[in-house]
Amino acid sequence: MDAPDPNPAGLTRDQQRRANRSLTSRLLIMTLASFAFGWALVPLYDVFCKLTGVGNAEARAAPVEAHEAVDAARLITIEFVANPASVGSYEFHPRLASMRIHPGKLYDAGFYARNLTSGASVAQAVPSISPHEAAQYFHKTECFCYSQQKFQQGEGRDMPLRFIVDPKLPGNIDKVTLAYSFYDITESSSR
Amino acid sequence: MAQATDTLPHDDHHDQPDTGIKRWLFATNHKDIGTMYLVFSLIMFFVGGAMAMVIRAELFKPGLQLVDPMFFNQMTTLHALVMIFGAVMPAFVGLANWMIPLQIGAPDMALPRMNNFSFWILPFAFTLLLSTLLVPGGAPAGGWTLYPPLVLQGGDYFPMVIFAIHLMGISSIMGAINVIVTIMNMRAPGMDLLRMPLFCWSWLITAYLLIAVMPVLAGAVTMLLTDHFFKTSFFNAAGGGDPVMFEHIFWFFGHPEVYIMILPAFGIISEILPTFSRKPLFGAVSMVYATASIAFLSFIVWGHHMFVDGMPLAAQMFFMMSTMLIAVPTGVKVFNWTATMWRGSLSFEPPMLFAIAFLFMFSIGGFSGVMLALVPADFQYQNTYFVVAHFHYVLVPGAIFAIMAAVYYWLPKWTGHMYNLTLAKTHFWLSTIFVNVLFFPQHFLGLAGMPRRVPDYAVQFSDWNMVSSIGAFGFGLSQVLFAIVVIQCIRGGQKASSVVWGDALPTGLEWTLSSPPPYHSFITAPEIK
Repeated sequence: MDAPDPNPAGLTRDQQRRANRSLTSRLLIMTLASFAFGWALVPLYDVFCKLTGVGNAEARAAPVEAHEAVDAARLITIEFVANPASVGSYEFHPRLASMRIHPGKLYDAGFYARNLTSGASVAQAVPSISPHEAAQYFHKTECFCYSQQKFQQGEGRDMPLRFIVDPKLPGNIDKVTLAYSFYDITESSSR
Repeated sequence: MAQATDTLPHDDHHDQPDTGIKRWLFATNHKDIGTMYLVFSLIMFFVGGAMAMVIRAELFKPGLQLVDPMFFNQMTTLHALVMIFGAVMPAFVGLANWMIPLQIGAPDMALPRMNNFSFWILPFAFTLLLSTLLVPGGAPAGGWTLYPPLVLQGGDYFPMVIFAIHLMGISSIMGAINVIVTIMNMRAPGMDLLRMPLFCWSWLITAYLLIAVMPVLAGAVTMLLTDHFFKTSFFNAAGGGDPVMFEHIFWFFGHPEVYIMILPAFGIISEILPTFSRKPLFGAVSMVYATASIAFLSFIVWGHHMFVDGMPLAAQMFFMMSTMLIAVPTGVKVFNWTATMWRGSLSFEPPMLFAIAFLFMFSIGGFSGVMLALVPADFQYQNTYFVVAHFHYVLVPGAIFAIMAAVYYWLPKWTGHMYNLTLAKTHFWLSTIFVNVLFFPQHFLGLAGMPRRVPDYAVQFSDWNMVSSIGAFGFGLSQVLFAIVVIQCIRGGQKASSVVWGDALPTGLEWTLSSPPPYHSFITAPEIK
């Protein structure tokens, strides 16, 4: 049998076995690589979100310094939505349902939360902005979502939120909704 | 060229099978393992089918009659998991085990012991999965897609389902590795890759898909496990995770998975149509390229499962276009099959009937798939019975009909007996009529707005639901005929010749062997002309 014929049925039993082993181990490596790729999708998803604005990566961005010029000619409605995700754990609502604001100006808004559980508790707020095209123009200089909120039993308080909307916000957007989900994370934070 | 004893794949070679249970427990023979896979998949087909009967019985008329909604949701979830991982995939692996060595002239699969292991994992996996019906809180009820946070809020079933899926994944990955090594290393001299039968080709491509995506599913369900038990936050928004990420990872697996369930069917149809058209397959090489293109495209279309999740316009456009692009290679295949039959000398034995029905009804499922790919239309269709109708058309008269066609095509070869042709044709006609009565009205229900996964519905959906349920009972009962035909054929019957299909003169190495083939076939590599 000629050497270049790739056909191993013409091989001896040992050669056949070696060929099978080496291909099997290469395929096992491929399997492991696919498994690793599955996990690599987690950081890749963050990159994907940054690039596309999916998943509200911008809404969760760190605080910024306010420096834009005020666009006094333009008025935008900001709506606040409170979503007590862990039902029964908290009373949670915005101080104002909505505000009319000028882009470039710094505003104060706040949310109120009260602990309804039978002990001290810890909460985490997760923001979301829609339409998501607006997310990258909505900047928070201070937000209660940046840290875990600790409550004594029965304690209720206002929590701060300061924001500024970039005047470069596309002209077709005249209403932005900022929604917070308020999670009870007492169990996982006390670990 | 005869290396009779040199090419044996294992040392402890014996001519006759072990007797009794040992033959099956310690099976390393590809025919025995193929048989076990096929029998297992038939059993699972009836288990999953029984669940479908519960679903359709409850939906026979509006209101809650037979089962409570929680149990109904358990049925929809388990029906999907059992049918996908228990019926369709093992059936294809069983066919691969039986046919690939026979078609490429190999004495056995390349890795016989791993083959045994990959089969015997399955009964354990499905015992684990089905025993969730008995644990407190019942079986998983959040849908087979296992979306968090819903799946994390269930009862004791959760770790059992995750480990069952791990086991199924390990089994199918080992099966896939075995197929690739067999095809790459064990072909008889002269069996070039491009001379290889299309069933082997489509399985080779499927096996690579399995290796690429099953581990991704394993990773995703492992993340669910750690989120549930170890307080990680992959999908937990409170901890900085994102439940939508699960959907991305899941469908990165999920879309190639649906092609894993249809590409081997394409291979089967490409074997059967030429035989009973008495013409060679039209455009055989383009078939291989089309299959490979479909496999490649399957990796970049997952977003079409989640258009309403919130996605930038550009991403929606990309996923819409790439999805519709799949219609091109699929169209190439459908036209090639049609051209194969064109001016052929057709005869209508049961495998041919199933193959033609596949061609016709798979295309219906393909068209509704193109409709669902359109972003604006999908906003209306998503989560309705239109989706249910779509994927059942590609899976039941698609994948399942192809599997039945394959069984009817090769069963006389496997058993050495011809089955009862009249009974098989009756089975075909009953199945074909009832499958359309069952699934076609679901298109109307979906377009009218009936959501999927509901145990009760608004009264305006009553009529078509009743029709659909009647179709379901008819289709379910018809499958008993299938079991009868198969069992009768195993037990005895008219002797089948080595070519089986007499004047149709099927091509392929398997027809050069006797019916049934010797327990150890192609110990001497066959001569390929």
